[in-house]
Amino acid sequence: MLDEVALQSIALTLRLAGATTFVLLLAGTPLAWWLARTRSWLKGPVGALVALPLVLPPVVLGFYLLVLTGPRGPVGQLTQALGWGLLPFSFAGLLVGSVLYSLPFVVQPLQNAFEAIGDRPLEAAATLRASPLDTFLTVVLPLARPSYLTAAVMGFAHTVGEFGIVLMMGGNIPGKTRVMSVQIYDHVEALEYTQAHWLAGGLLVFSFLVLLALYVLQPTGRRRRGQGA
Amino acid sequence: MRQVVLRFLPALLVILISDSVLAGEVQVAVAANFTAPMKLIAADFQNETGHRAVLTFGATGKLYAQISNGAPFDVFLAADVETPAKLEKEGAAVDGSRFTYATGKLVLWSAKSGMVDEQGEVLGTGNFRHLAIASPKLAPYGAAAIETLTRLGLLARLEPKLVQGESLGQAYSFIATGNAELGFIALSQVYQAGKVKSGSAWRVPEAFHAPIRQDAVLLTRASANPAAVQLLTFLKTDKARAVIRSFGYES
Repeated sequence: MLDEVALQSIALTLRLAGATTFVLLLAGTPLAWWLARTRSWLKGPVGALVALPLVLPPVVLGFYLLVLTGPRGPVGQLTQALGWGLLPFSFAGLLVGSVLYSLPFVVQPLQNAFEAIGDRPLEAAATLRASPLDTFLTVVLPLARPSYLTAAVMGFAHTVGEFGIVLMMGGNIPGKTRVMSVQIYDHVEALEYTQAHWLAGGLLVFSFLVLLALYVLQPTGRRRRGQGA
Repeated sequence: MRQVVLRFLPALLVILISDSVLAGEVQVAVAANFTAPMKLIAADFQNETGHRAVLTFGATGKLYAQISNGAPFDVFLAADVETPAKLEKEGAAVDGSRFTYATGKLVLWSAKSGMVDEQGEVLGTGNFRHLAIASPKLAPYGAAAIETLTRLGLLARLEPKLVQGESLGQAYSFIATGNAELGFIALSQVYQAGKVKSGSAWRVPEAFHAPIRQDAVLLTRASANPAAVQLLTFLKTDKARAVIRSFGYES
């Protein structure tokens, strides 16, 4: 069954995925808004950068993060100069890696939602003298709510399934950086298939349920939006 | 052009067929730490016997999982003693074909010169943030590192500084990028032409840990493959053992 080490890795994974989703929703909203509304030539390059984690093997991201945030890397020198220490082998390092890794899963649904809303509700709000912030909170957010659900669920689930970056940057420290996927990998490599099955089977069921919830909830959201339009 | 090809086609066929009849092929699963020496040995093996050794590199545990699920390998060069023994017990390897082809050496290494002294006393000073090792659960070199620290009486003190790579290769990359100032890896990873090729190192005395023996085994599906049997014999020749030693193993 699940022993203490396994429970520790599950707790860490949930903490990491929760924190990542929180950061991504906060930081992803302005980024997605900008991508949806801008006419700048930067839209293409920035959009491509956001989508990169979709196509890059996580090991590539992890490798570059390890090099960039290490003591000789530019980011590592910056974080040291700021007195933050170094990112690898810490929870903060995993958080940074996970935010980058799951970025497109949060930004893209939000961007699509913002684009779908279009100019007219915003103009209507403006004629009623709503401030931009007021417009965003009372018009845009409610309209984009189904997409926020999608973004949060995908960001969370994708982080739970993350492996390559954690493997490269984590250092496999129990309770600190040894997340569930690394734990599963350890069990498989050590030929401890029973323990591996408990965790791997659990992850499989969890992922299925999350996607099922998303697909069951989504059509209603779309219908509601359709009726409202 | 077509006629030329047609005229030579029978001859070409004869050459291709005879080649495949005379020269055998052996699929070899090789523990990742033995990658470099095995490439040289495979080339020598082909020169001398005409047989081709096709190499696949990976972690021992992963290769075990593949072999026991029917992966088409003939010979397995593991990084430990237990895994080949387990395969033999399960009937996936030929009884009595096991032998130790190399014994690994542990080294405390830093990418910085002057960081590690020749007696390894830097460990006692604790003057570093991270000490990298390979996972003691997965890699015999990781277990040997823990054994060494225990023997030095430093394990409890240094445990908070330990970072684990899932393999020796990853432990190496932690140290090479400077994220860990030093760490325990295989001598073969930093050894070239009779010396440690960069940074600073302490060669851990053999008495500090159980020997890191690496065993080879003939897999059941190759029991009638002469090329596979010959490769195992070739690994015991002086020529192959000289190559193995030149990479910092004992053989």
